[in-house]
Amino acid sequence: MADVPSRTGGMGEVADVAGPYEVAPFGEALRQLARERSDIVGVTADMGRYSDIGPFKDEFPERFFNAGMAEQSAIMIAAGLAKVGKVAFAATYAAFLTRRALDFMAIACAHSMADVKVMGGSPGLVNPYGGTHQAIEDLAVMCSIPDVTVIDPCDAVELRQVVRAAAETPGTFYIRNLRGKVPVVLDESSYRFEIGKAKQLRSGTDVGIISTGFMTARAMQAAERAADAGVSCAVLHVPTLKPFDDDAVAEFAADVGRLVTVENHLRSRGLGSSVIESLYSRGQVVPLIRIGLGDRFHVCGSQAYLEQLYGLDLDAITTAVVKGQWDF
Amino acid sequence: MTRAAAAERTVAELQGIAMSLRRRMLRMAAHKGEGYIAQGLGIADALAAVYFRELSIDPGRLDDPNRDRFLLSTGHYSIAMYAVLAELGVLTDEQLETYALNGSALPMSTFDETPGIEIISGSLGHGLGQGVGMALGLRLDESPAKVVVELSDGELQEGSTWEAAMAAASFRLDNLWALVDCNGIQADGPLVLDMEPVLDKWRAFGWSAVEVNGNAMQELVDAFDALRKEPGPRAVVLRTTPGSGVPTIERRDRAHFVRVNDDEWSRLMEELEDRG
Ligand SMILES: Cc1ncc(C[n+]2csc(CCOP(=O)(O)OP(=O)(O)O)c2C)c(N)n1
Repeated sequence: MADVPSRTGGMGEVADVAGPYEVAPFGEALRQLARERSDIVGVTADMGRYSDIGPFKDEFPERFFNAGMAEQSAIMIAAGLAKVGKVAFAATYAAFLTRRALDFMAIACAHSMADVKVMGGSPGLVNPYGGTHQAIEDLAVMCSIPDVTVIDPCDAVELRQVVRAAAETPGTFYIRNLRGKVPVVLDESSYRFEIGKAKQLRSGTDVGIISTGFMTARAMQAAERAADAGVSCAVLHVPTLKPFDDDAVAEFAADVGRLVTVENHLRSRGLGSSVIESLYSRGQVVPLIRIGLGDRFHVCGSQAYLEQLYGLDLDAITTAVVKGQWDF
Repeated sequence: MTRAAAAERTVAELQGIAMSLRRRMLRMAAHKGEGYIAQGLGIADALAAVYFRELSIDPGRLDDPNRDRFLLSTGHYSIAMYAVLAELGVLTDEQLETYALNGSALPMSTFDETPGIEIISGSLGHGLGQGVGMALGLRLDESPAKVVVELSDGELQEGSTWEAAMAAASFRLDNLWALVDCNGIQADGPLVLDMEPVLDKWRAFGWSAVEVNGNAMQELVDAFDALRKEPGPRAVVLRTTPGSGVPTIERRDRAHFVRVNDDEWSRLMEELEDRG
């Protein structure tokens, strides 16, 4: 294996940022919203520092509530706040929210259509701590709860737009949060996030990559490399996992020879499975490689190390696109 | 090791073991360049007392069904556990040098694949409940083994901890001990909820409980001896200093996760030797 750094880059940060980035886009977006609206509140479970809620907390300390390390309590507090008219953003790690606090998200939040916007931090292999901390099934779990909108943003630009859209739209949201130095990939002047809408970011005819979350940035790089290798590659970014944009996926799939789906999540019951389910229901059968994580707990290590180990790195994605191979 | 033999260790000998644990921890953190060293140094004395005086565990027979069980509930205290396991001869010093590196068998928080580690504990609040289950099962088997669960003050905020505490007292678990490490910090800084009075909470939940300076060996030893005479379940509330033994870490504002420059680690090691 190539030499990859062993230091983890701080709990839950996107480890190596090569190009432009923003610091704490979630907290900055929340602070901006809170300046405009007095009903915005923030909750954490002893993970304020590691969820980037700082910019909001520092300016609006009276609207910030730290429940202590108590994820169930944090979600119930958020639900209670919502039920007296607040829009509550609850942020800690995805793993502890979607496992320990699930019942409370399903019933106290989703079933009541409460205005709780859950920010699941350090998703998938972003976290170096292994099975205890790696939320590799959070999208599957949250998509399986009725009345939850589920979003995996690509970068800092989209994350800020998603936070705003969630605040402006009634109901319970589950949003994957990226913290620390979050890359800027999308063009702020032209990109518009819309709930439930996929966005085609690149056109091509041979292969189509369908991706979600920050894997879309890597999909764009893989498409670039594929073009160099003579393979024309399109990219469809699907930030909203639920409700799923069946039409956009069908249209996109109709124009390419084969598909590759890419996600920082279990390869079953996440984006890849949704694509297959959606296409198959319409009688559309397209050759497809699903890139994602296997049905196992994953080991500990830096993000770069893990992505290489489990085939989520740029090389593995490029090989899948160019050669139609992905053996992990 | 029998408890009778272990109990013969003097306070000075236990202090020497605690010093050795601290040296090992600093070397591990230095190799990695970062880690939960403040917590490790804080719990060193209690672990020395428990492992080298209170527990009956044969390092050569870690699968002995009648071994005492030590459950580290606070997974990120792994650095301290690995030091203990090296002190017992279960791990080697070469293995310690891989602490939390990519592909290491000694990850940043504990997994039960590591020999001598009883539970997976990086998701906090998992220890006490499983300790109750083990204590029930061992009692059912009429085993002489006891169960000792370490947990942190942050873990006192998880509901699961108090559900377990309630059950333990209701089941009158004479073979269950809790070591509650109150080091006053958590991820967001100083404790974000007021948890006091911690000692009274355990008593109110039906436990025999005492509170000690967790970095004073004589107090620790006396606490175990006094509590042993009380009915179970039993809790020792430890007031510890994060970074204990290394003044620069003791003084740190943000001690939850320590990352310092490579050359600074040797200075921290010197501080430990000067203090010792
Ligand atoms: C269930 C769960 N929630 C949150 C976390 C993230 N986390 C890791 S350490 C920590 C602080 C917990 O408090 P404590 O153990 O007292 O902290 P320390 O003394 O180590 O600073 C938190 C919130 C976790 N590991 N598990």
